[in-house]
Amino acid sequence: MSNPWIHPALVLLLGGGVLPWVPRSAKKGFLLLVPLLAYGLVVVMPRGEFAHVEFLRWTLVFGRVDALSLVFAHIMSLMCIIGTLFGLQVEEDAQHIAAWVYVAGSLGAIFAGDLFTLFLFWELMAFSSVFLVWFRRRPQSTAAGFRYLLVHVAGGLSLLAGIILQVKATGSTAFVGFDVHQTTAAGYLILIGFLLNAAVPPLHAWLPDAYPEGTFNGSVFLSAFTTKTAVYALCRGFAGMELLVVLGVIMSLYGVVFAVIENDVRRLFAYHIVSQVGYMVAGVGIGTELAINGACAHAFAHILYKGLLFMGGGTVLKMTGETRMSELGGLYKKMPWTFLFTLIGGLSISAFPLFSGFVSKSMIVEAGFDEHLLWAGFLLNLAAIGTFYCNGLKVPYFVWFGKNQCTPEVWDRASDPPWNMRAAMGFTALLCVFIGVYTPYLYRMLPYPAAAAAYHPYTSYHIAETLQILLFTALAFFVLVKLRKIEPHRGTNVDLDWFYRLGGRAFLWLARKPVQAVDTGVGELYRLGGLRGLMKSAGAIREFDNRVIDGAVDGLAATVRRAGGQLRTAQRGALQENLTLVFAVAAVALVAFLLLA
Amino acid sequence: MSLLRLIDFLRDRLPTVVRIGCAVLALLIVLDALPAVVDKAHAATAAEHLPGFWSVFGLLGCLVLVVLSKSIGHLGVSQREDYYDE
Repeated sequence: MSNPWIHPALVLLLGGGVLPWVPRSAKKGFLLLVPLLAYGLVVVMPRGEFAHVEFLRWTLVFGRVDALSLVFAHIMSLMCIIGTLFGLQVEEDAQHIAAWVYVAGSLGAIFAGDLFTLFLFWELMAFSSVFLVWFRRRPQSTAAGFRYLLVHVAGGLSLLAGIILQVKATGSTAFVGFDVHQTTAAGYLILIGFLLNAAVPPLHAWLPDAYPEGTFNGSVFLSAFTTKTAVYALCRGFAGMELLVVLGVIMSLYGVVFAVIENDVRRLFAYHIVSQVGYMVAGVGIGTELAINGACAHAFAHILYKGLLFMGGGTVLKMTGETRMSELGGLYKKMPWTFLFTLIGGLSISAFPLFSGFVSKSMIVEAGFDEHLLWAGFLLNLAAIGTFYCNGLKVPYFVWFGKNQCTPEVWDRASDPPWNMRAAMGFTALLCVFIGVYTPYLYRMLPYPAAAAAYHPYTSYHIAETLQILLFTALAFFVLVKLRKIEPHRGTNVDLDWFYRLGGRAFLWLARKPVQAVDTGVGELYRLGGLRGLMKSAGAIREFDNRVIDGAVDGLAATVRRAGGQLRTAQRGALQENLTLVFAVAAVALVAFLLLA
Repeated sequence: MSLLRLIDFLRDRLPTVVRIGCAVLALLIVLDALPAVVDKAHAATAAEHLPGFWSVFGLLGCLVLVVLSKSIGHLGVSQREDYYDE
């Protein structure tokens, strides 16, 4: 090798580390340069295995570069440019750093050749992404961030337990395909870790809980990386596992049902991540060359159109301060370009001909029909109806047209966003159309290029089928609008996070009421029964204490106080920061322990 | 802004736009019935050979999804906005 292999994650981590010291005048240029550099590294990257690091008795592989990892790395690093451009005006360095560390975690997991490296970057993603929620700095976001973190720590533990069992059983740390026909306990634990990050019900509730609480640009990053890195891991580890077809189809419809009754734009989009990732999970489960190509192509297309939708939603949030459809409407007069870009995102996710979803989603559905999984094919087409209904019709109509329900304050504030946000949306919209029109761009990157080249999405039957499904969905939508059956109204939809949201409260009640009562009772008994004897013995002990112990302790106490005083100046007392530090130290200690054991 | 003018242009002629939309829907079904235009050799099931099969699927599917989702909402999923507030 003449050129050393440079990990693109390293560029993002170093860039993030340097960012606070970059002068203000060069900040915006630097913010764009770093993700561009990471993207450039991925584009010119040769295939092979790089960066083997001997660590104790294991070999860590940081750079496994093949077709599968490259297609995911390509779109992740591209999305990093778009996301950074969209949030370019954010002044706070820490927000950009959190986003870049998050992307670095995703890229690190994608290029990881062994399970330990995968786990390391997997956790890096969870602990950096939560800051994109916390930086919104409102009480709901803080709470949602903690729930997000707790759920991901649980998923990470399952993954870690699976990895330990797997390494013990096989003696190998390599991250390769698991036996999907005779899956071991280790395999299932790892699978649970992956499924949680892919937001497969019933392990999905963290996603629609946390993503809508993120900052206007943080949610654009969130929408792309965690779930699609999990899709990559599923492609690598569990291709052809039949269970995934069932789970994928269920989640594609689950997300749609909740999106149909959702009032908040960004939560609706979040439910459609669940739905769209369902197609990918089903594709992984079908497992044929066409299906795996489909899962990868759909992940690629999805990251762009979902990013575009979240940019549209983020723009509405940023420019109006509101994301509930019941409080919006008629905004096309104030933000027409945001409308156009969001509509293009909506048409892409709905797989309209000439838009990106059309050339990716259909691979998975076709692979299902090819394998005679008729039920899966038809149900995925049913989910496609709900996708267009929500993203292509409901959101554009009730935010930009429909009845104007904006308060005067919202109406006055509303306008199209600054140039960088428009540029990010415009570029992504262009890519969505480009992928839909010029299929070789995407198809050449897929893991099975021959199968991809043999697939033709633009057949007369496929176009006729899609146009009929979508346009008659539109007919049903406008009939329902006319009948005033689907007007958005305020409300909360209870999902499975209910169990841990109210479960936590039940625990607190238990602690406050019965446990407190028992504690008080025992204290009372002790006061009445044990106190007199205690007073006498206490007198004797006090004498001993005064003379012997105090002399020794006073010296010690003075030392501790001095050390405490020094420590106090070193920390600011923010719970999140302390927690992150504790988790980071614990993670490092755990990995070190594992490697030494 | 020209985009805004285009949207207003279409909104001012809404009845015409609706009529064109309906014509497109009808045209889709007619074309679907012509084997010379839409080749159904690769259809996975016999039902798909019926002209307008996917039109009915789209129309009924949308109504079924909306009714199903709303009923699930009414079963207790949809709550007031401050449901989780203490």
